[in-house]
Amino acid sequence: MSTMTRIKKLHINNFRLYLGIFILLTVIAMAVFASHLTKFDPIEQDLMNALQGGTDKHFLGTDNLGRDIWSRLLYGGRTDLFLATAAVLAPFIIGTIIGAICGYFSGWIDTFVMRVADVVVAFPFYVLVISLVFILGNGVSSIFIAISLVSWVAYARIVRGETLIVRSKEFIEAAQTGGISNRKIITRHVLPNVITQAVVYAMSDIVLNIGVIVTLSYFGLGIVPPTPDWGRMISEGQQFLAGGYYYLTVLPAIAVIITSLGLSFIGDGLAQLLRVKR
Amino acid sequence: MSNQIFAANDVSVTFNVGRGKNKSQVRALNHVSLDVNQGEIVGLVGESGSGKSTLARVIVGLQKYDSGELVYDGEPLPKARTLEDRRKIQMIFQDPYSSLDPRMSVKQSIFELLDTHNILPKEERLDRCKELLSLVKLPESLLDSRPYAMSGGQRQRVAIARALSLNPHFLIADEAVSALDVSVQASIINLLADLRESLKLSILFISHDLAIVRLLCDRVNVIHVGDIVESSPTLSLFDNPQHAYTRQLISAVPKLDAIVRNAN
Repeated sequence: MSTMTRIKKLHINNFRLYLGIFILLTVIAMAVFASHLTKFDPIEQDLMNALQGGTDKHFLGTDNLGRDIWSRLLYGGRTDLFLATAAVLAPFIIGTIIGAICGYFSGWIDTFVMRVADVVVAFPFYVLVISLVFILGNGVSSIFIAISLVSWVAYARIVRGETLIVRSKEFIEAAQTGGISNRKIITRHVLPNVITQAVVYAMSDIVLNIGVIVTLSYFGLGIVPPTPDWGRMISEGQQFLAGGYYYLTVLPAIAVIITSLGLSFIGDGLAQLLRVKR
Repeated sequence: MSNQIFAANDVSVTFNVGRGKNKSQVRALNHVSLDVNQGEIVGLVGESGSGKSTLARVIVGLQKYDSGELVYDGEPLPKARTLEDRRKIQMIFQDPYSSLDPRMSVKQSIFELLDTHNILPKEERLDRCKELLSLVKLPESLLDSRPYAMSGGQRQRVAIARALSLNPHFLIADEAVSALDVSVQASIINLLADLRESLKLSILFISHDLAIVRLLCDRVNVIHVGDIVESSPTLSLFDNPQHAYTRQLISAVPKLDAIVRNAN
């Protein structure tokens, strides 16, 4: 089977990947072109028009401070998506490198790093992140640092495990016999064969990070008001639920769910696409 | 011997096993000596765990050894191998399903070695690839194939082509046909015999299959729990085994083999 027909076949079978990419691209486009999709400033208050349902002017209504919900959703997506992705990239890169090195060389480095990882994993993820943000103070950068400090461990463990499997294959020894340096063996033979699992996990990790950011904001930690953000929208809308203003909470929640679904589809689709034939 | 190409003198390897109270040492190779002459196929037979593969790994520099010396063409091989040292001795591995990177095409696998060693001008590397494929009797159309699209026999030929790409004078075949079907085994063995003729290659053929060893090898070393217990020319080893363990090994071979041999 030629490469082309193989790719074609995979693509036909991979509806989920395309659906996921479509959803995510739509969400990203809405976040990026937010300023073209709404004429309202997301943080501009208009107390005269507070808590209105859908009107001709504000088609998704306004919140308790009269801010346009549609623009807050768009600009909030910008904040959350950017931060969630950034907070995946750093631990992905660091964790993958550490995991590959540990798995490839074994020995005391491996023992030491994996014990550190065990310590990090021993604490519940949310407890650790929330306390770190508490220590580091509110703000986008402290969320980024807190998540990175905790979640590299997952990548390191995944990649280490996969590396141990690849390490036992004879093509690694064949490369060593051929005099290829350890650095090249790791970058050319180990990483391409282990990266799949890490990439798939990264997709669900973005979802997890959105959850963390939203949760932190909900607790009043993390992103500082008035920066629009889905989590704070949910938590601020909560007090008006009893008054029948459910849309204040439900709309940002739907945004979180749609984004998460898109990312999960991509994760599943990628897992199928990147599975290597042996 | 004047045309000796490789010799291992008195090589010992010890493994540490277990931790804490259970810690102990296992002697994988016990003062092993072995030599290979130019253009000769030397067999190394023994059961699983006898130290066959350990010796192979020592010879290609994958395994550290405690004492002893490796000599190539009259010069001792240093413990830290240079690229030039590595080019002299190459190895064919046991399992062709695991010895090729599933993400690399045939061309990429061979190019990787040629690039690392930089022994050919860039524009000649593709021709060298084609030449190697024809040497192992594979069609050029496989150049861009990945391992999943090839059969076990084809993969093992690619592995041989890769090992030969660096122009080694000494090749180690560690159970190189054990994972293959019997008919494919025969074709790979014929290939090795041909290569010995055409490239003046010396081969250390490691196997547990006495029938194949008897067919292919000029001399045979029998290894048992880290000791070479017998080393003699193939004919005298099979006709007149000296060591009790050798006799035991030979008597364990199904007798059909002897019938085929008499018919020839």
